[in-house]
Amino acid sequence: MNITLEIWRQKNKETKGQFVTYKLEGVSSEMTFLEMLDYLNEKLVKEGGDPVAFDSDCREGICGMCGLYINGRPNGPKEGVTTCQLSMSVFNDGDTITVEPWRSKAFPVIKDLVVDRTSFDKLIEAGGYISVNTGAAPEANSILVKKENADRAFEAGICIGCGSCVAACKNASAMLFVSAKISQFALLPQGKVEAKERVRALVQTMDEFGFGNCSNTGACEAECPKEIKLVNIARLNREYYKAY
Amino acid sequence: MVKLDSKIPDGPLAEKWKKHLASLKLVNPANKKKLEIIVVGAGAAGASAAATMAELGYNVKVFVFQDSSRRAHSIASQGGINATKNYKNDADSDFRLFYDMIKGGDFRAREANVYRAAEVSNQIIDQYVAQGVPFAREYSGYLANRSFGGVQVSRTFYAQGQTGQQCTLAAYQALSRQIKAGKAKMFARRDMLDLVVIDGQARGIITRNLITGEIERHSAHAVVLATGGFGTVYYLSTLAVNSNGSAALAAYKKGALMANPSMAQIHPTSIPVLNDYQAKLTLMSESLRNDGRVWVPKEKGDKRHPNEIKEEERDYYLERKYPAFGNLVPRDVASRAAKERCDEGYGVGETGLAVNLDFKDAIQSQGKDAIKAKYGTLFDLYEKVTGINPYEEPMRIYPASHYTMGGLWVDYNLMTTIPGLYAIGEANFSDHGANRLGASSLMQCSGDGYFILPATIGDYLADQIKVPKIPTDTPEFDEAEKAVKDKLNRLMSVNGTQTPTSFHKRLGNILWTYSGMSRNEEGLKKALKEIKELKEEFWKDVKVAGELNELNHELEKAARIADFFDLANLIVIDALNRKESCGAHFREEYQTDEGEPQRDDKNYSYVAAWEYTGENSDPILHKEELKFEFVTPVQRSYK
Repeated sequence: MNITLEIWRQKNKETKGQFVTYKLEGVSSEMTFLEMLDYLNEKLVKEGGDPVAFDSDCREGICGMCGLYINGRPNGPKEGVTTCQLSMSVFNDGDTITVEPWRSKAFPVIKDLVVDRTSFDKLIEAGGYISVNTGAAPEANSILVKKENADRAFEAGICIGCGSCVAACKNASAMLFVSAKISQFALLPQGKVEAKERVRALVQTMDEFGFGNCSNTGACEAECPKEIKLVNIARLNREYYKAY
Repeated sequence: MVKLDSKIPDGPLAEKWKKHLASLKLVNPANKKKLEIIVVGAGAAGASAAATMAELGYNVKVFVFQDSSRRAHSIASQGGINATKNYKNDADSDFRLFYDMIKGGDFRAREANVYRAAEVSNQIIDQYVAQGVPFAREYSGYLANRSFGGVQVSRTFYAQGQTGQQCTLAAYQALSRQIKAGKAKMFARRDMLDLVVIDGQARGIITRNLITGEIERHSAHAVVLATGGFGTVYYLSTLAVNSNGSAALAAYKKGALMANPSMAQIHPTSIPVLNDYQAKLTLMSESLRNDGRVWVPKEKGDKRHPNEIKEEERDYYLERKYPAFGNLVPRDVASRAAKERCDEGYGVGETGLAVNLDFKDAIQSQGKDAIKAKYGTLFDLYEKVTGINPYEEPMRIYPASHYTMGGLWVDYNLMTTIPGLYAIGEANFSDHGANRLGASSLMQCSGDGYFILPATIGDYLADQIKVPKIPTDTPEFDEAEKAVKDKLNRLMSVNGTQTPTSFHKRLGNILWTYSGMSRNEEGLKKALKEIKELKEEFWKDVKVAGELNELNHELEKAARIADFFDLANLIVIDALNRKESCGAHFREEYQTDEGEPQRDDKNYSYVAAWEYTGENSDPILHKEELKFEFVTPVQRSYK
């Protein structure tokens, strides 16, 4: 199929960017979205052009490195997929596809579609862990965890840190990301000891980086490629109230 | 002249590590504060090592090419992590896990290292549980286990199909805690492009800042490579697209020996190649073979829908050929069997390069919910990639490049032949011999990172306490930086007509054809010639777009591919040298009447460690003889 791409091009952090239009022929519906961009780049390089910079690594939806705003939605029109898992089969011949980087103050653009998500690492550094030194752990089966809680902790723990939730949110809030980590530990006995300090530190850091507040719209849940649930944000709020 | 000393402690197998730990030199806490360690790569091995060494008091600098160490490809490990807890009371023990790995590796790994890997496995599970890894649980609240290929006990701990993600994030979080505490510093979006050796000791690295393009110098008292495997040399692989072998190759060129580079695991259960544009292959965890049955039609070229093919028309070839282990034979055996069936014309799907992995019987006997609880995320992943619902019809799978058992040669302390340079996790060669068993990679990475390296590195650093901070304005740093800049300038200046990726595809194709699941002398010799020609063509005609001093993925790719040529060459040289079949290394000339690999213990019971001698000369082979004191090598049989 033949498609038209409107891609955000921006040389670096300091420069102003703009949309550039590319006509791309011979796109196969069997390609993934990123393979289509690979294909575009191969073509651009051969023609002496400047390839489009975008991040990706595992290409199987688990590392969280990719993530693009496609036709006004994080990761495009299909639910429950990362950008690298999006198939071109969801598009039609003749379509125009708009591709932008994540838009959020806390994720500055580095180049083209590549953004800086260091703020997510800083959130985890603030307390997204259980403080146990190597060697200090007790026998694994001495800590019993109700299966239901282990399963729910897992469902929160599968967050890949891609930033779709922030990109989707009109307030650029990181509440879903933070709540996933808070929930994982709140549901496990191992996480209870530091629960108060953890939630205070993460919420404070979230504010410091300029992430917005949550206004319960639920766009983050709708766009999360791992389908992490809004109920985690409710749990984050409960944990936060308990911490003061 | 390099001399290999594996430094394996004397004494009974089960006592070696304990005895060694008690004899290692120590660094007192006040001195640890004065010492710096560089860790390159921060997956399950690198992040856990960095975190643990920072907890001990060392100053750790961590370098990753991704934007965050949470992206490291350990994150994609699916099925599980082994430990000898024996929670199932199925007579498991350290010895049994050790034996399974030694046998699974076709008696080409070092006994002492493998036993130690088994020995520390239980501590790893304890650590991960304490860190909040949500492993699967029974209704009683106790930890659950499952079985894996190549073994007959249930010793695998898992978090659905995302065990690697959960463990890697736990290590990442432990490292994050140390970054917050100021004991570890993260240098993200950095490519290590060279190793700096001063007076014979590893003292630093040269990196490229991938955002600004700046070439940087970093020094330390010791350097740890946790840079993973180089399966991407085959182009299509289950690895992340940016995974590469450049750090390992840089170490090799600076004097570290590369061991068994041809021991590359081709994983049996990947989603098959779907089209020419494909950038990577997606793995389907081996754990699926617990409940999935592998089959092809009994009739050649039977293109009917799999659900229309009746039970008696199906050939469950693994169960037929290997009744004792059935669908749970080790990876190398399963991969070769799939290739054999497809080569004979029984393959399924449009290309005929696929076999069925069928859950019909498991769903019938256990119910859909039970299967979903075990493999839900994997089934969803499969459906996302292929559009086929595996609850309704069989998955189609085919082997793919996955894991490198070979890697930098290390001694029992995980130190390479360059003093002060360590290699941990997949980057070293030590634990998996000629074939790796499932769920033992996360185990080895975590064992190396949490428990082994942090202890053994002290033995070296104890002699470094009087060495002040290493300056970076030395001739060795100048020289290394210049070499890196020259290489990058040269890449930019070729200005030819072909893209880096197009060369990578062709190189991968050469390796896959001649040095993949089966190899022969004629093909390997052909590969050597073709790799050489392709490398020459690359340096004459590659086109690298963009600029040096900016974010430039094309330049990153080109630099990695330039290294892949040398790595591919070494892989083929190693494969040519080993005139036997063992594990994943299947030389067609050496097979039994039944088509099983024919080992030659008399002549090849050694680790092949290669020494670099220069751009245009052949590497020198050093042999580390493998001594089997505690097990007797036998022909592997899974029948």
